[in-house]
Amino acid sequence: MRFELTPRASVSPVMRALAPVAAFVTAFLIAGFVIWLMGRSPVAAFDVYVLQPLSDPWSLQELAVKATPLALIAIGLSYCFRANLWNIGAEGQYVIGAVLGSWLALRTHGTEAGAWVLPLMLILGVVGGALYGLIPAFLKTRFGVNEILTSLMLVYVAQLILDYLVRGPWRDPKGFNFPQSVTFDPSATLHPVLEGGRVHYGALFALVAVLLTAVILGRTLFGYRLKLTGDAPRAARFAGFSAKATTMAVFAISGGLAGLAGISEVSGQIGQLQPSISPGYGFTAITVAFLGRLNPIGILIAALVVALTFIGGESAQILLKLPLDLTQAFQGILLLCVLAADALVSYRIRFVTRGGGK
Amino acid sequence: MFSGKVFGAVAGAAVLALSATGAFAQAKDKVKVGFIYVGPVGDFGWSHQHDQGRQAIEKAFPGKVTTTFVESVPEADSERAIEQLARTGHDLIFTTSFGFMEPTLKVAKKYPNIKFEHATGFKRAPNLSTYAAKFHEGRYITGVIAGKMTKSNVIGYVGAFPIPEVIAGINAYYLGAQSVNPNVKIKIVFANTWFDPAKEGDAAKALLDQGVDVLAQHTDSPAPIQAAEARGKFGFGQASDMERFAPKAQLTAITDNWSDYYVARTKAVLDGTWKSEDTWGGINAHMVVMTPYKNMPDDVKKMAQDTEAAIKSGQLNPFKCPVLGQDGKEIECKGNGSLSDEQVLGMNFYVKGIEDKIPQ
Repeated sequence: MRFELTPRASVSPVMRALAPVAAFVTAFLIAGFVIWLMGRSPVAAFDVYVLQPLSDPWSLQELAVKATPLALIAIGLSYCFRANLWNIGAEGQYVIGAVLGSWLALRTHGTEAGAWVLPLMLILGVVGGALYGLIPAFLKTRFGVNEILTSLMLVYVAQLILDYLVRGPWRDPKGFNFPQSVTFDPSATLHPVLEGGRVHYGALFALVAVLLTAVILGRTLFGYRLKLTGDAPRAARFAGFSAKATTMAVFAISGGLAGLAGISEVSGQIGQLQPSISPGYGFTAITVAFLGRLNPIGILIAALVVALTFIGGESAQILLKLPLDLTQAFQGILLLCVLAADALVSYRIRFVTRGGGK
Repeated sequence: MFSGKVFGAVAGAAVLALSATGAFAQAKDKVKVGFIYVGPVGDFGWSHQHDQGRQAIEKAFPGKVTTTFVESVPEADSERAIEQLARTGHDLIFTTSFGFMEPTLKVAKKYPNIKFEHATGFKRAPNLSTYAAKFHEGRYITGVIAGKMTKSNVIGYVGAFPIPEVIAGINAYYLGAQSVNPNVKIKIVFANTWFDPAKEGDAAKALLDQGVDVLAQHTDSPAPIQAAEARGKFGFGQASDMERFAPKAQLTAITDNWSDYYVARTKAVLDGTWKSEDTWGGINAHMVVMTPYKNMPDDVKKMAQDTEAAIKSGQLNPFKCPVLGQDGKEIECKGNGSLSDEQVLGMNFYVKGIEDKIPQ
């Protein structure tokens, strides 16, 4: 026996809206079952994973901190993915944005440079990320090179550039040879939104990016063009939309937002350059973009949900002594459930018995 | 995971940055101890050894102590995990990798009544201690063994990153080998990771392909010594005893023993005598422990044991002056008959005889 997926004639909007909810419930049931098998209480786990982080002002702040880079990068990626272009290299664009922006911070370190430093750093971050994102776009449009490979491999190049800089020319001369730059001056530091808090202005950039994107995708010709290029490339060509221009544009946007996330994180959170400035945000953001179904509001929610699984996972280690592996497995289960739910809304499973094939 | 010690200026600045909080001294009946690990508990290396220390605390104070750990915490995103421990009633928090230095300092400032201990860093505060171990003492002993055991006269070293702690380890290893075998050469590969079995294994194979027959490693997985075992060559266990992964290849292992230190520090919190301080212990302090010398002839074994005893008694210092730099010029001797602690902790030169260059 085998089964095949056949498209449903009509997709009910109610089903589509409820699909993520069903996916979450299923994912929690599966995870709860595993936790029960481990001899722990699934109810306590749900409390620690979800309810406590959502009911405590401190962890709500941390949620925003963690979700900020994920949302910024994922929003950018949604432009690419909507146009059926696969930018897998956001991690590298994040790093190069951080590097270019930090260059100014290090250049002005110890000087009397004023309030212009930070805005310029942010702009450099965007420019750095965008230029780096344009490399795979250029290679694709000019030579037809697969953008999945080039964008992914450029991640390693970016990481090695950063590694070289913090061990070599940008190393803190008073840092006992440890691979890290000086800590940034206040003029180069992205400040917290609330005094004493940890949420920095990067969170606002993420919100602005979400709203702008919602407008652009929903109400502009450019948004329509992306959708058409992704869904019906031939039709897009007949409509006179240049595939090359679209490719360059979406990679620049996506790289620019990843670069902004990078410089915001370095300037607002870490406060210096070091060999590792991201726990894989650029890759996690791919998951976030799909969890959010490439919809700006969806992505914002998905970023918060994924951030919640990280924070809840840490709480679970501390309070319930559940292993980290379970958190990672849960993230995987969640993504699978969401994708499966989406597929089941659009398609019907048909079982075909042996001999019944065409 | 790098080392750090009495860096007056930096530590002083860190102390000044904090308002003095005073009155820590208060005995407690129950203590909660938290740990932040950079790798998985099951790395069988660095984090595994810290976890052994955590378990030792639980055994030492039954009913009085509870412990918690958070594993595989990325250094760039560790502040929240440390603060989670601080917020959940932990009295003493150990952060066990160099990269946790700034985040630990930040959280320590916010929670002046909680005691923090940062491994291998150099920034302290009234409620933040630092501690590390003199692994280079063990490296010197493995060097002596390697110098005797090599037939090709080429020994190898898989390093993690070219940072001072690793460089000092390479120098100590090579000086040990040179002390018994003036013709020995060393080949070095940096894996650019602390824990990545595939990369570490590739680095080891590259060295073995170049004629290396005794392999040392300063990365945390058993992959390099397993590669040596597979080729019928020799190696040394790193951080924990790796004999079960390489029963024929492991000559000895340099193991980290944090248990005594962790138990002592926990006791200090229970007694109300905890103070911010800096600890840098070696073989003598039982922080660095050599596992039994195996797979070698008796004369080499005797030599290794004698070297260990001499280091333990203080009679032998791996960096006894004169230490010659790569160009053959003597390195200025700032310590008492040997290089000073600061010189070892900030080491960024190779000694004479090493033909490689430190990657910059």
